[in-house]
Amino acid sequence: MPPAAAIDVDRLRVVRGGKEVLPGISLEVEAGSITGLLGPSGAGKTTLIRAIVGVQIVAGGEVRVLGEPAGSPSLRDRVGYVTQKPSVYADLTVKENLEFFARVLDAPRERVDELIATVKLSGQVGQVGQSLSGGQFSRVSLATALLAEPELLVLDEPTTGLDPVLRDELWTTFRGLADRGVTLLVSSHVMDEASHCDSLLLLRDGELLASETPDGLLRRTGAADLDTAFLRLIESGESAREGQRPA
Amino acid sequence: MSARGTFAVGVRVMLQLRRDPRTLALMVVVPCVLLALVKGAFDGQPGTFDRVGGPLVGIFPLILMFLITSITMLRERTTGTLERLMTMPLSKLDLLAGYGLAFAVVAAVQGTIVGAFAFLVLDLDTAGSPVLVIVLAVANALLGMSLGLFTSAFARTEFQAVQFMPAFILPQFLICGLLVPRHDMVGLLEAISSVAPMTYAYDALSRVTSEGSLGGEGLADLGVTLGATLLALVLGATTLRRRTA
Repeated sequence: MPPAAAIDVDRLRVVRGGKEVLPGISLEVEAGSITGLLGPSGAGKTTLIRAIVGVQIVAGGEVRVLGEPAGSPSLRDRVGYVTQKPSVYADLTVKENLEFFARVLDAPRERVDELIATVKLSGQVGQVGQSLSGGQFSRVSLATALLAEPELLVLDEPTTGLDPVLRDELWTTFRGLADRGVTLLVSSHVMDEASHCDSLLLLRDGELLASETPDGLLRRTGAADLDTAFLRLIESGESAREGQRPA
Repeated sequence: MSARGTFAVGVRVMLQLRRDPRTLALMVVVPCVLLALVKGAFDGQPGTFDRVGGPLVGIFPLILMFLITSITMLRERTTGTLERLMTMPLSKLDLLAGYGLAFAVVAAVQGTIVGAFAFLVLDLDTAGSPVLVIVLAVANALLGMSLGLFTSAFARTEFQAVQFMPAFILPQFLICGLLVPRHDMVGLLEAISSVAPMTYAYDALSRVTSEGSLGGEGLADLGVTLGATLLALVLGATTLRRRTA
């Protein structure tokens, strides 16, 4: 029987550059859904993501991904990871980049053309990375993560710097993947992207402020939009903290 | 290790090099120009160029290869592609071996052209066969390549990587026996030079240049050179980390 949660983080503690970025966070990500990881810049989103894909040295706690400890060799072709900064080769063409990663992942060669179409780069196949726009280049990086048809796709701010039309198209792609059973964890610091997600994880200063559906969050905070909801959560968190202080 | 991974990386690195024809041209032209300089500089001392020219056919490519591979590897690290590859089913040794494969092809072309230039244009005259000199020159370049891949692990920035050349390669060049016979050096330096890989790479070339053949000791030199090349590649693979801070 498959595990209920695609990602299970238990009291994860990460220290980077002498600072405790994640003091002990616990959370779960449901399989087959799109989960938004939201929070202001510096909240620890990237660090959490790095721990989930197994490239982060952790100080304590446990991260299990698809039933295995994060970073296990058996996860290397089951988890796709798109870093915040596009991590593909600027001196290779769109096609050469994808063909290289397809070879490494032992993915079928037909996937390359399919994915180039998926990320709408069919007109740029022969262009080298450095001649592409920022948005086009980051889509090469995204296509790379889709090559192995991963069960879990972890995307660190995939839509930052993209125009609204493209952003919308990407979310349609993400939804299509989720409908096929892929679990997606997508980080963003733009709250209006949250409405595309099935559930939300709100992160601030390495702590989980909330873990619920967009609707649930609106209801709980009584806010009209998710931006306001998030701000209210932060305020109530702060007043709660102040309330704890001895008078 | 898998042949698939090694081959994938090798092809990719060659494609990247092809995109930078100026670098490829420099890798061939620079050693040729330097050799021509040496010949001109020793114009008044007949015989000197024939003595040092052979070894330099290998040593100049070694130095260039060291610089280029250490920067290439550092680039892989700083652009985030290394981190991505480390989340994929690719062994660390595959990655290094792939680099080795691509640069071995470059080294073969480089050694052949530089050697041909030395013998045909600069009239280099060695006791041993030019083909053997060229083969050893390629071995020298391969050593430079794997030392470059290995040391790049210790560089965080391009500034540091570039300075590893004067820090690691220049001392080996000074004490390998080319400038002064090793037995004339202070005892400590002679001892150090006997554990420096470039000493063996130089020694093999020097034997072919002046004695005409490798002989048993020359073959041992070549064995040490190739062994050091492989060792540096394997050590380089162990410095790659799937998890970082």
